[in-house]
Amino acid sequence: MSLLEIRNVTRRFGRLAAVDRVSLSVDAGEFFTLVGPSGCGKTTLLRMIAGFEEPDEGDLLLDGRPLAGIPPERRPVHTVFQSYALFPHMSVAENVAFPLQMAGTPARDIDGRVREALELVHLDDRAQHLPAQLSGGQKQRVALARALIGKPRLLLLDEPLAALDAKLREQITGELIALQRAVGISFVFVTHSQHEALALSHRLAVMNCGHVEQVGSPEEIYARPANRFVAGFIGTINLLPVEVREATPAALRLFAGGLGEIISTPQPGLCTGDRGTLALRPEQVRIIADGGDPMTENRARGSVRDCLYLGDVTVYRIAIAGGVVIEALLANRDPGVNRFLERDAPVIIGWARDSGVFLRD
Amino acid sequence: MTDDQANRRPAGMAPRPGQWLVALPPTAFLLVFFAGPVLLLFAASFLAPGDFGGLAPVRQEGRWALTLDAYGFFFSDWIYAEIFLRSFVVAALTTVLCLVLGYPLALAIAQSPRRRRELLILLVVLPFASNFLIRTYAWIIVLGPMDLLYSPVAVIVGLVYVHLPFMILPLCINLEKHDPALLEAAQDLGAGVWTRFVRITLPLSMPGIRAGSALVFIPVLGMFAVPELLGGTRDILIGNLIKEQFLDNRDWPLGSTLSVLLTVAVLLLVGIAAWAGRPRESIS
Ligand SMILES: Nc1ncnc2c1ncn2[C@@H]1O[C@H](COP(=O)(O)OP(=O)(O)OP(=O)(O)O)[C@@H](O)[C@H]1O
Ligand SMILES: [Mg+2]
Repeated sequence: MSLLEIRNVTRRFGRLAAVDRVSLSVDAGEFFTLVGPSGCGKTTLLRMIAGFEEPDEGDLLLDGRPLAGIPPERRPVHTVFQSYALFPHMSVAENVAFPLQMAGTPARDIDGRVREALELVHLDDRAQHLPAQLSGGQKQRVALARALIGKPRLLLLDEPLAALDAKLREQITGELIALQRAVGISFVFVTHSQHEALALSHRLAVMNCGHVEQVGSPEEIYARPANRFVAGFIGTINLLPVEVREATPAALRLFAGGLGEIISTPQPGLCTGDRGTLALRPEQVRIIADGGDPMTENRARGSVRDCLYLGDVTVYRIAIAGGVVIEALLANRDPGVNRFLERDAPVIIGWARDSGVFLRD
Repeated sequence: MTDDQANRRPAGMAPRPGQWLVALPPTAFLLVFFAGPVLLLFAASFLAPGDFGGLAPVRQEGRWALTLDAYGFFFSDWIYAEIFLRSFVVAALTTVLCLVLGYPLALAIAQSPRRRRELLILLVVLPFASNFLIRTYAWIIVLGPMDLLYSPVAVIVGLVYVHLPFMILPLCINLEKHDPALLEAAQDLGAGVWTRFVRITLPLSMPGIRAGSALVFIPVLGMFAVPELLGGTRDILIGNLIKEQFLDNRDWPLGSTLSVLLTVAVLLLVGIAAWAGRPRESIS
């Protein structure tokens, strides 16, 4: 049985369904992420789990028991708020002790547990500071310690890294994974950053306009997006309009304007004439100077329209006949050597038949 | 953020000359019209009363005519100290009642939606639109039939009525700045409604409580109109006593002495309150 069950939950604000018939389950010990663009209902869903909003329809179950009617203070669910919401008049130690006091923990045990929790987030030397005297990253860790110390069944994190700079975010992302593994508490993590979602989660749900578009492991979501929205939202991807020429159990032949025939992995349930999109990751596209052979089933001739040097990789935008532009990614393994393709240079691109996913319209 | 934090200047930021320039006119005004009279009052308390009221000349027969008579007079009769004490008790009681009555109202106002909040605040200050003496007279009509007129109860009722807005406004200003996320966080971590109030709202509103209390407590000590109109002969406060010295007894030095002693007592109290409620310093 899963720890948290969300069954067909809907929450409306006026005529807008902020969360629309969402069903999800979170397992014990799982790091589960809700990812999606701004306004897609992530916070609303989280607030329903915490108890600050009640669903208009559907049920929430924790350990198999319905949560309806249980106020937030009586749910074994704690939240790390985006603004951290640290109590400004209490020291770090007092903030972290708060949930224990609420739970009626004997006073003699509190000091020790607070120290433990602060050690866990590397803040034991800041125990007597006030929140105003901490940096953003430190506040964030106090909020984490405060939400974890009461050993909730479920920890909710609403974009806890959004207010931090990129470097710190990366560092804390790593710490979060280790922390979640150490405490063994299920995390439900909200973000609109696909990088965080991929890096952190055991499983993630991609949301859009109140719906869940796809649930799966990071690898599943990245390699086999269920639809154009997921494909476009997670990572960058080439989306090529195609039509099915021939669909057999052995091969899927597609036709794309400007590219001609494309061979792809077979998929059940397709017929000749079906229209759709071929989703192709830039790193799956090989690119070599004209005259070479990419040694792939699919290939096309084009020219470099522009390139974006990112340090570890260079992104090339290749113009193919018929106005089609394909992005290709090249790793810069040998510094200075690989940046060999100039603008307008004629090139050949290619990709293997098992690269790319056909998405029905 | 609390008021204390907002008022603290970031370390290493010196006031610029322009700031002094801007502060000059109000400073000059206060020096001339506040500090000046206070000094005059202080000086007057060491003089003798004039033969027909006012003050005796400072120099008489080529000698400084300074005397501690007025102070001696104050301490010679227990009745003055008693009036002082009673005034402080009345002021404290008024402050507590204003706080108890005003806090829930301020909280309700601060938590109501913006448009309604403005309307409610307008209603709180609306009594100022009519004259304060007239409003106090109105209480005579209200309390008369209830057989409460000319009693300490009537005085307290009148004082609370007059000063309630001075408690509510600073509390509102403080409470509406509270981040609602703090209460949600407390609730999320297991705090019920009463605990949330005691642990979060109340401590964070201390600057508002202090400001409101000062705005009620100190003016009540100097108030003479309300006790005079609503109280009995035994209900006079320091304010009445001082007024009497200047207008009825024509003993300016005693009036000045009473004023000086009142100021000293208030400063002492404010000092103690400020010390007790000083912002927390962290240990670093
Ligand atoms: N209390 C409310 N009253 C009315 N509408 C609301 C309320 N809360 C949320 N909404 C609406 O519901 C939708 C979903 O909001 P929500 O805050 O859940 O989005 P989100 O996915 O968390 O977005 P973000 O990434 O920007 O935080 C939005 O269109 C928002 O305007
Ligand atoms: Mg949100």
